[in-house]
Amino acid sequence: MERVIVAMQDPDMGVKMRNQRLLITVIPHAMTGNDVIEWLIQKYNITEEEARHLGGLLVQYGYIYPLRDPRSLLLRSDDSPYRFQTPYFWTSSRWPASELDYAIYLAKKNIRKQGELVDYEKENYSILHKRINHTWDFVVMQAREQLRASKQRRKADRIVLECQEQAYWLINKPCVNMPLYYHYTTTIQLRYYYYTTIIHRRALGRNRVKSSICLESFMKYSEQYLHHDPIMSGCLPSNPWISDDTAHWTINTDMVGTPTRLRVERWSFSFMELLNDSMGRREFMIYLEKEFSAENLCFWVACEDLRHGESSKIILKVEEVYKNFLAPGAARWVNIDSKTMERTLEGIKRPHRFIMDDAQMHIYFLMKKDSYPRYLKSELYKNMLAKAIVPQETKKSVFPFMRRQRHSSPSPAMVTQATEDDGKAKGAGPTGTSSTTNSQI
Amino acid sequence: MCDQTFLAITFGPCDSCSENRPLMNLYIKTEPINYCSLCMEIMACQGLASGETLKSLKAESETLRKKLEEERKKLHDVELEKVAEKAEALGELNMKTRRTLKGHGNKVLCMDWCKDKRRIVSSSQDGKVIVWDAFTTNKEHAVTMPTTWVMACAYAPSGCAIACGGLDNKCSVYPLSLDKDENLAAKKKSVAMHTNYLSGCTFTNSDMQILTSSGDGTSALWDVESGQLLQSFHGHSADVLTLDLAPSETGNTFVSGGSDKKANVWDLRSGQNVQSFDTHDSDINCVKYYPSGDAFASASDDSTCRLFDLRADREVSIYSKDSIMFGAASVDFSLSGRLLFAGYNDYTINVWDVLKGTRVAILFGHENRVSSLRVSPDGTAFCSGSWDNTLRNKFLFTMTAYPGQRWANCAPPFGTPNHGQM
Repeated sequence: MERVIVAMQDPDMGVKMRNQRLLITVIPHAMTGNDVIEWLIQKYNITEEEARHLGGLLVQYGYIYPLRDPRSLLLRSDDSPYRFQTPYFWTSSRWPASELDYAIYLAKKNIRKQGELVDYEKENYSILHKRINHTWDFVVMQAREQLRASKQRRKADRIVLECQEQAYWLINKPCVNMPLYYHYTTTIQLRYYYYTTIIHRRALGRNRVKSSICLESFMKYSEQYLHHDPIMSGCLPSNPWISDDTAHWTINTDMVGTPTRLRVERWSFSFMELLNDSMGRREFMIYLEKEFSAENLCFWVACEDLRHGESSKIILKVEEVYKNFLAPGAARWVNIDSKTMERTLEGIKRPHRFIMDDAQMHIYFLMKKDSYPRYLKSELYKNMLAKAIVPQETKKSVFPFMRRQRHSSPSPAMVTQATEDDGKAKGAGPTGTSSTTNSQI
Repeated sequence: MCDQTFLAITFGPCDSCSENRPLMNLYIKTEPINYCSLCMEIMACQGLASGETLKSLKAESETLRKKLEEERKKLHDVELEKVAEKAEALGELNMKTRRTLKGHGNKVLCMDWCKDKRRIVSSSQDGKVIVWDAFTTNKEHAVTMPTTWVMACAYAPSGCAIACGGLDNKCSVYPLSLDKDENLAAKKKSVAMHTNYLSGCTFTNSDMQILTSSGDGTSALWDVESGQLLQSFHGHSADVLTLDLAPSETGNTFVSGGSDKKANVWDLRSGQNVQSFDTHDSDINCVKYYPSGDAFASASDDSTCRLFDLRADREVSIYSKDSIMFGAASVDFSLSGRLLFAGYNDYTINVWDVLKGTRVAILFGHENRVSSLRVSPDGTAFCSGSWDNTLRNKFLFTMTAYPGQRWANCAPPFGTPNHGQM
């Protein structure tokens, strides 16, 4: 059937098309029923009766739709105008007509012209409303959106589209009985249960830890950090928010001369704590340099930079990492096991953000198991701990209502720029606060 | 609605019959497949034909779930309360409002701390995003977004940029310039594009990547510079309302909570859903990791907060009280993880003892529901943002910041509303 339609639409040999007037607006590319029949007779050399029959079938299957009196799907051999249905709406390409779409269409109609729904449409509407009530918001929202989008089109286009849609739904109105709805939601549900089954299977395969062990770890963690938690144990010299004194922050800045005792203690809690603190990382680097294994930390830092940096620099960074750390004879060659090395080198041929993950993990655990415990036992760390200050608690002033001046601090953006300009981290920030950290309040 | 992620209709060649048809995109095992509707029906029917009727698949899913419950129970040899008996009891907690940040014209929806421990970015319903120095209560920057309901905002780790988004379905990054008079809106960079509202966003360990969650049921990882989608995470069957990045050593996972009452843990690298918890009775409004990264807490509309352990793969504690009937909108842990601060829709903030499961304090002070709550990076204080407005000045909404000071031996009455500054 579609070949016939395509042939009909051929601009030279096809049916004569004119602009037809429908009420006030002009509909482009419309034809009369008569034209259709005549063309069919001519092209296929058939009788008028047969042509009328064929034409009627075309209308009934929705390839041509009448503009006037759209509900009667007949091909009239007179002046009544018809149009070709757009391929998007052809029966063969839009199967099955989903109930959701029908609901959206009805909702649109309802919104556009209240009460224009014909009886059977009204019935369908209410059945649908009950049936797919849970997605009704979605339906209404979609209907509104589509109406809004259509308002932006030219009036002629809009009418055309409306007619097309209407014709389509006349032909294809889904029976709002069980079969189609069942069909539609079945696939949704199938997908949902299929997916959850996969998740459950995966979860069953997972190794679980006994509750007692997990819960004990929470106890230990809370205990360990109890004194570091300002809300639980207060903070020295005083909580800045209460006393309006920023001493607590100034003595804990990144690159302060002498760190506080709590801070140094925290480095011993876990390897991650040490690495997260920039001063801790610096100290650890100094230690590793003594042990001639500093390349491990450098490698780890470079990999972190790769993982979290800009996408555009990935290839460049991978090359650098390879040159500095992985290439045979590299200046700072890291000792990775052969299997991981092989895998990494293979992966470098197609570099992406996570290519160094395996190697990075290997080095991380190497440092954690080996260098880190030794660092904690080393003289370097012990000295640091001994040097570390314990600030005195601020005595509460006699006149508690005497408020201190609250000074603003430099914006982090400014600090970053300043350190970049200078090329090295300053003592306690560019505002020139004293780098002696014995806080005397 | 999540249906949008499953039923996006495009036009093109079908993966199975190679004809140009309207396509439906499915995600099977997070692999996108484009089938035309005809082939999809055939596939579904084939699935049906091979004995997996809907009923049997549902039944299989149920049996697996029951089996999973059993397995989890086997290893559950002790309750948290029992273990926590050894823990020291907490004394009275005395927290006062120390700063009130006024200046938003409408409800405060979200806030985030800067790593410098004193700056805060907050976003509100009127479309304004303000960067404050909370210590001095000065406003440092203000951006007007082209959309209302800015539901998510985040501070970059370097302190040089902020990200925000909401009903515009996008996440935009604004670099914070030093020149305060400069128009920040001009430098805006649109990073994330979703098909529904943005509910949460956070920077990962650097300024270069953003993780977003959206009402379209997905979360996504984006590259800030290029705006490219690096990874997307599908699996929620309804809006994703919240997300949090894990502080773990490998830094590779995050947890998200949604309207489908599930909290899912995802692997950033592969996009896979590694764990799922569905014991809540209602929408999960907020999830936060325990400081060690081994557990996370969630706040939900069912008025409870729960603690889920990731290694034991189960819920280990519920924080609820009969007298609390309103949903919890936001949670955060104190630095040691001993205290859990939760903001509720009944305008209060409840402080829970994580280990013992009891409520330590209740804080008043807001005049409308508490929408967001965050502890400062060094744990010295926490900030709560709320929907309140005073009656005198009609559109005046406040944020209040509470610091910590625990006086174990004094017994001042706790929780008295006190907007004064010391």
